[in-house]
Amino acid sequence: MARRISPTYKISMTVIAWAVAFVIFFPILWMILTSFKTELEAFSTPPKFLFFEWTTENYTLVQERSDYVRYAMNSVILAGGATLLGLIIAIPAAWAMAFFPTKRTKDVLLWMLSTKMMPAVGVLVPIYLLFRTLGLLDTHIGLIVVLGLANLPIVIWMLFTYFKEIPKDILEAARMDGASSWKEVVFVLAPMAVPGIASTILLNVILAWNEAFWTLNLTTINSAPLTAFIASYSSPEGLFWAKLSAASTLAIAPILVLGWFSQRQLVRGLTFGAVK
Amino acid sequence: MGKIELQGVEKSFGKVDVIQDVNLTIADGSFVVFVGPSGCGKSTLLRLIAGLEDTTGGKILIDGTDVVDTPPAKRGLSMVFQSYALYPHMSVRKNIGFGLRMAGAPKAEIDRKVEAAASILNLTQYLDRRPGQLSGGQRQRVAIGRAIVREPKAFLFDEPLSNLDAALRVQMRLEIAKLQDSLGTTAIYVTHDQVEAMTMADSIVVLNAGRIEQVGSPLELYNHPANLFVAGFIGSPKMNLIGGAPAAAFGAATIGIRPEHLHVAGDGGTWRGKVTVAEHVGSDTFLYVHVEGAGEITVRAPGEVGLEPDDMVGLTPEEGRIHRFDSEGKALAS
Amino acid sequence: MATRQMTTVGRIATAPSIIVLLIWMIVPLAMTIWFSLQRYNLLYPDRRGFVGFNNYVYFLTDPAFGSALANTLILVGAVLAITIVGGILIAVLLDQPIFGRGIVRLMVIAPFFVMPTVSALIWKNLMMHPVSGIFAWLAKLVGLQPFDWFANAPLLSVILIVAWQWLPFATLILFTALQSLDPEQREAAEMDGAPALSFFFHITLPHLARAITVVILIETIFLLSVFAEIFVTGTGGSAGNIAFLVYAKALLDFNVGAASAGGIVAVILANIVAIFLVRMIGKNLEA
Repeated sequence: MARRISPTYKISMTVIAWAVAFVIFFPILWMILTSFKTELEAFSTPPKFLFFEWTTENYTLVQERSDYVRYAMNSVILAGGATLLGLIIAIPAAWAMAFFPTKRTKDVLLWMLSTKMMPAVGVLVPIYLLFRTLGLLDTHIGLIVVLGLANLPIVIWMLFTYFKEIPKDILEAARMDGASSWKEVVFVLAPMAVPGIASTILLNVILAWNEAFWTLNLTTINSAPLTAFIASYSSPEGLFWAKLSAASTLAIAPILVLGWFSQRQLVRGLTFGAVK
Repeated sequence: MGKIELQGVEKSFGKVDVIQDVNLTIADGSFVVFVGPSGCGKSTLLRLIAGLEDTTGGKILIDGTDVVDTPPAKRGLSMVFQSYALYPHMSVRKNIGFGLRMAGAPKAEIDRKVEAAASILNLTQYLDRRPGQLSGGQRQRVAIGRAIVREPKAFLFDEPLSNLDAALRVQMRLEIAKLQDSLGTTAIYVTHDQVEAMTMADSIVVLNAGRIEQVGSPLELYNHPANLFVAGFIGSPKMNLIGGAPAAAFGAATIGIRPEHLHVAGDGGTWRGKVTVAEHVGSDTFLYVHVEGAGEITVRAPGEVGLEPDDMVGLTPEEGRIHRFDSEGKALAS
Repeated sequence: MATRQMTTVGRIATAPSIIVLLIWMIVPLAMTIWFSLQRYNLLYPDRRGFVGFNNYVYFLTDPAFGSALANTLILVGAVLAITIVGGILIAVLLDQPIFGRGIVRLMVIAPFFVMPTVSALIWKNLMMHPVSGIFAWLAKLVGLQPFDWFANAPLLSVILIVAWQWLPFATLILFTALQSLDPEQREAAEMDGAPALSFFFHITLPHLARAITVVILIETIFLLSVFAEIFVTGTGGSAGNIAFLVYAKALLDFNVGAASAGGIVAVILANIVAIFLVRMIGKNLEA
C-alpha cells in the first residue's frame, strides 16, 4: 500500500479507526463525564451524554473527604518508594551484567525474570503471616518492599537492555582518554544512561501505582493507596456513581498521562525483549 | 619517545588461539600498518597494545617498560575507533578536551590545546556542536583531534576510514598521513584495505590467522613477497599464481607474475590463450585470458588496448618479475 | 572486554539483587510448602500438626476447586482469544493510512493504564448495570430486555472487563511487530500481483506468529493471577478463579494449610507456562 492511496480509502479507514477507538475509549470517557454530574443525573435513565447540569461538586466532595488525600499520598509514596528501592538494587546489577558479562550472566538474568512469573497467591500466606508477626501489615515500608521486589525483575531487565545499548567503544574511548573506572561511570556512562533510567522509572511507577493484589490484601487504613480506596466503593450505600467517577478520574489521571508517554517502554519492559 | 616492542605476544579466547607468538619492533615516529584479511587478528593485536584486552602471554614494551599489567588509561596511547566513539552528550570541544580533563590539566591549557588541534583539523567552527550534528568526515576529524590533543606516545587507528565513502576516504588518507608526518608521533594503523596500507605506511605488517607473515616497507612487500600469502595479498589486481607445468618450467611448485608485468601481443608469447573478458577503463585495460594448463590469467595493460573476448593473444612475463615459490608456499631466491 | 579486576567488581554489584530475589522467592515459597503440609487455621492456632498431603486433597476435592480451575482456564482462554484476534485487527487498522493516528492510538491504549479496581467498578456500575448502565440503555434502544450481567453471567462479565484491560497490550505488541514488517516485502508482493487478503494470510500473519506467541505466553502469566476484578465486583462465589480461591481460604476462612496448598497448585500451573516463556526469551537473548 505505497503511493496511490485513494482518498476514499483513507477516509473510510479513518472513520472505522476512530469508531473502534471511540468504542474502546468510551468507558473512560463516560466515567469522566459522569464525574461532572449530580448523583441523580448519574443514575438517571436514559443516560444523558452532554446536555446535563455540569457540576464540580463531586470533586470537591472527594477532596473534602480528608482521607482521599491520604490515599493519594500513599499511592505516591508506595509507587515512588518501590521505584527508588528497585533502582538502588537494580542499577548495580544491570550495570555489571551488561558490561561485565560472564558465562552465567544469561542464566542469572533468565532466572530473575522467572521470579516475576510466580503467581502472587503462591506466597500470599507466608508474606501475610510474616508481615503480621513483624508488624508490617498496613505499613508503608512493608508495601514498599513488597512492591519493589515484585517488580525488581522488570526493572533489572529494562536497565540491562538500555545499558547494553550503550556502545561499548565509547566507554573504551573514555578508558583510552585516561578515565579511571569511576570517572568512566560518572562522566560518560551515567549521562548516556539517563534516558534509559528515566524510561524504567516511568514504567515502574505505572506498575506500582496500579498494583492491585498486595495493596488490597496487605493494607487497611494507614498505607492503603488509591487502588484500595476505590475498592471500598464496591459495597457502598446510596447513590455513589458520580462520586465514584470523580474519585476514579482523579486516581487514574496521572497514570493515563504517564502511560501515553511510555508506550515504547511498555513493549520493552513487559515482553522481556521477546519482541523487537 | 614512542618505541613499541612486542615479544612473544599471545592471545587466546578460551580454546581459540587468536594471536600466536607475535614478535615485532616498531620504531619511534614510524607509521606502521597492520594489514590482513578479516579475522586475522590485526584489530585484536591493536587492542592488546592499547590495553583494551589482556594478553594471554608475552610482553608489550612501550619505551622499554612492560605494560602488560598497566590499564589502558595509564599507557599514554591514543586510539581512533572505527565508529569514532565520540561522546554523544558532549560538545566537540569537550570531546576533544576530555582526555586532558581526565589528566587534570588546568582549564586554560585545555582550551589552548583544544583550539590548536581544532585549527589543524579545520574543526574550529564546529567546536560547540554535538557529534549528532556532524557529518561522518567531521566526526572522524573530531576523533582524530581527541587523539592528538593528548600528545600520546603513539596513535592507534582501528580501521578509521571504513565508514566513509570512497572520495572522502582518499582525502582523509592524505590528511592522516600528512598529520602524522608533521607531528612525528608513532602511529599504528589497522586496515583490511591494502591500498591504504601501501600508500600510508613506512612499514607494513602482514597478518594471517594470528601470525605475522612478513614485515617490510611497501615496495619490499611488492617486489619481494616472502610467501604465497603475501604475494597474493599485496597488489591489486591480485598477482597471478600458476602451478603445474608452467611453474615446473621455472623450477618451482608455484610461480607468480603480477598482471602489470605481462606483455600482451597478438602473436608469439610465452603463454597463449583466449580473452574471456576485456575491461576498458580508459587509463588501463584489464584482460582475463584463459591459458591451457595455467588457468585464468589477469593482465593489466596501460592505456587502451583494442582486444575483445575470443581474441587469441600471447602473454610474455617481464624479465626478472617472476616470483618462484616452493611446495610450502615460501619464496625461492630469484 | 572485561579484565580480571572488573569481573570481581561485577560479581559484587550483582550480588544484592540475586540475594534479594532469592530471599523473596525461596523463603516465602518454602514457607508456603511447609504450611501446605500442616494443619493450621488462624482461628484455632493451637490445633497444629503435620498432615502430609491432606491439605492438597482437601483443596483439590473442594467443590469450589473444580469450578475455580474451570473459571481460571476459561478466563485465560477467552481473554487470550479476544485480545489476540482483536489485537491483530486493531493493529492492522492502525497500520492503515488514517488521519489522526496519534489520537486513535492514545484512545486504544488507554484502558491498559486504568487501575483494575477502577475498571472493574466502572464496568459493573456505569456500563453493565441492568437499570442505568449503558448496555441497558443500548438494549432498550433496540427493544430488548436489559441483561443483568453480573447476576446471570458473572464469568462473562469478568472476562469482558479483563479483556478490555488487556486488549491495548496485545494491540501495542502486535502493532510494534507489524511495523517491523519490511516495507520492501509489501512492494515485492505488489509487484507479484498479490491481493491484499492473501498478503495478510501468507505474509503478515506468519510474520506476527512470533509476537503472537509472546503475547500468549505473557498474558497467560498475568491472567492466571487475575484478582482485583473478581474481588471488587464481588463475583468470587460464581466466577472465582484459583487465585481468588486461595485468597478466600487464607484471608476469609483463615485456613492457612489449605490456602498454602492452593498456592502451590497455582505456582505449578504458572510454572508450566513459565518454562515455555523463559525458553523463548532465552533464545532471543542470544540474538
